[in-house]
Amino acid sequence: MIISQNKPFEEVLAFLENSEKIIIVGCSECATVCKVGGETEVQEMKEMLEEEGKKVLGTTILSPACNLLNSRKDMKQFKEELKETDAILSLACGDGTQTVAKVAKPEVYPGSDTMFIGEIERIGQFEEACKACGECELGWTAAICPITKCAKGLVNGPCGGAKDKKCEVSNDNDCAWLLIYDKLKDLGKLENMMSMREPKNFEKGNAPRRINLRNQEKETANA
Amino acid sequence: MSLLKDVLERGEFGVTAEMAPPKGTDLSHLLECARAIKGRVHGVNVTDFQSAVLRVTSLVTCKLLKDEGLEPILQVTGRDRNRIAIQGELLGASVFGIENALGLTGDHTVVGDHPQAKPVFDLDSVGILQAATTLMSGKDMVGIELQGTPTFYLGACVTPRFDPMEAQILKMEKKIKAGAKFFQTQAIYDLDTMREFIEKTKHLDTKILAGIIPLKSAGMAKFMNNNVPGVFVPDELIERMKNTPKEERVEEGIKMAGELIRQLREEGLCDGVHIMAIGAEENVPRILDAAGL
Ligand code: SF4
Ligand code: SF4
Repeated sequence: MIISQNKPFEEVLAFLENSEKIIIVGCSECATVCKVGGETEVQEMKEMLEEEGKKVLGTTILSPACNLLNSRKDMKQFKEELKETDAILSLACGDGTQTVAKVAKPEVYPGSDTMFIGEIERIGQFEEACKACGECELGWTAAICPITKCAKGLVNGPCGGAKDKKCEVSNDNDCAWLLIYDKLKDLGKLENMMSMREPKNFEKGNAPRRINLRNQEKETANA
Repeated sequence: MSLLKDVLERGEFGVTAEMAPPKGTDLSHLLECARAIKGRVHGVNVTDFQSAVLRVTSLVTCKLLKDEGLEPILQVTGRDRNRIAIQGELLGASVFGIENALGLTGDHTVVGDHPQAKPVFDLDSVGILQAATTLMSGKDMVGIELQGTPTFYLGACVTPRFDPMEAQILKMEKKIKAGAKFFQTQAIYDLDTMREFIEKTKHLDTKILAGIIPLKSAGMAKFMNNNVPGVFVPDELIERMKNTPKEERVEEGIKMAGELIRQLREEGLCDGVHIMAIGAEENVPRILDAAGL
């Protein structure tokens, strides 16, 4: 899931300094789970902005905001308001916010910071799990990501920095490589760790990346 | 040919010392220390933004030390440069006639003085050694032929008391496969650590230089025990420091380091020593005197 958190309200207010009339949008998926852009947060934001003397012309929860066709359709409900409004405030993630900006004319501002791709450990508790590096390494690392969970993204085993099995970067983090080591040992696969890894190919992570399944299918058909 | 390589491969007891470039452009203290240890060591490691703290670069300092007649060992970490810059740095070193290089992953930027910096870590220690080995074959990492090929005596570091030890030895084996011919260890203070380490690595064909950091106080020893991964200062040494009058503690630390080196050598527990005097390199000759070297 995409993990996000709210921006400080002062920052949001500064974006909207010259905007009187505002539409607020949220997102039904990740941003709702993160308690950043769900029904409750959109309503709270509405109240806070109204207290600051802004006029909120409308609110909605896009489902989900990052679906271009869906957001285009959903935003049509504000046909009249969109002519009038000065700005749209999005509480979706950075992806959803950009989608909204594509389908709406008025200025769109983010009300949240997008943090990482992560796992929901329990309600309100998230941990980064994947850097979307473009070539998954989990197949040889006992499914613990060295690119994400090791602070240095190392591919050849632990650096010398771990103390009491915690990472040199923070005592709150287990050394990913020692977790990988323990797990591989349990699985009887320690030889995975002994294999020499070539330096990782970061070319696969160059932004912006695109995938077009239809073209891919055509290519396979032609091959 | 690299003096360090020559000495170690002849089976002589190798001595290296570590020097950190200054933060700023005044290298007079560094050069003073260099002159003091010239002729006493077989190599001088120049740290590469040690502890992720901004300083003069390792390469420039290596060149100055070489001009002074010392044998530099270029340290290269993966923290601040990608694979293009690292290969370029190695080629540059070779142009300057620097023949020793040490590949290190490097401390993370967040522990240094510019925690806001973007950490690179494109290559880790193994990757840097692989890159250097590839350059030595006359090609760069993507297989393009070089105009002129560098030669390096490659080294790496190892922590003899890492927990779990097996994970560290496994990585040490990889560093050897990647081209490391010698290892400098994290500081050690007791013979048992080294005995155990040698036992566990006796299947490996490599040279090991035991790391020596002279103690300056009991507080420093305690700090290292609590904060430096893999370092263990035995209680008796801490006591000995405590029982020494304040103004004699530096001298006592030098004596203790000398004793340790002597014992390591007598028992054949290492192929040499790597002395890290941390800003007090002028003391290195006295440590060597105390060790009878
Ligand atoms: S290696 Fe890690 S970051 Fe890359 S795709 Fe797999 S889980 Fe994600
Ligand atoms: S201590 Fe472990 S997790 Fe932290 S940077 Fe080193 S190898 Fe990675």
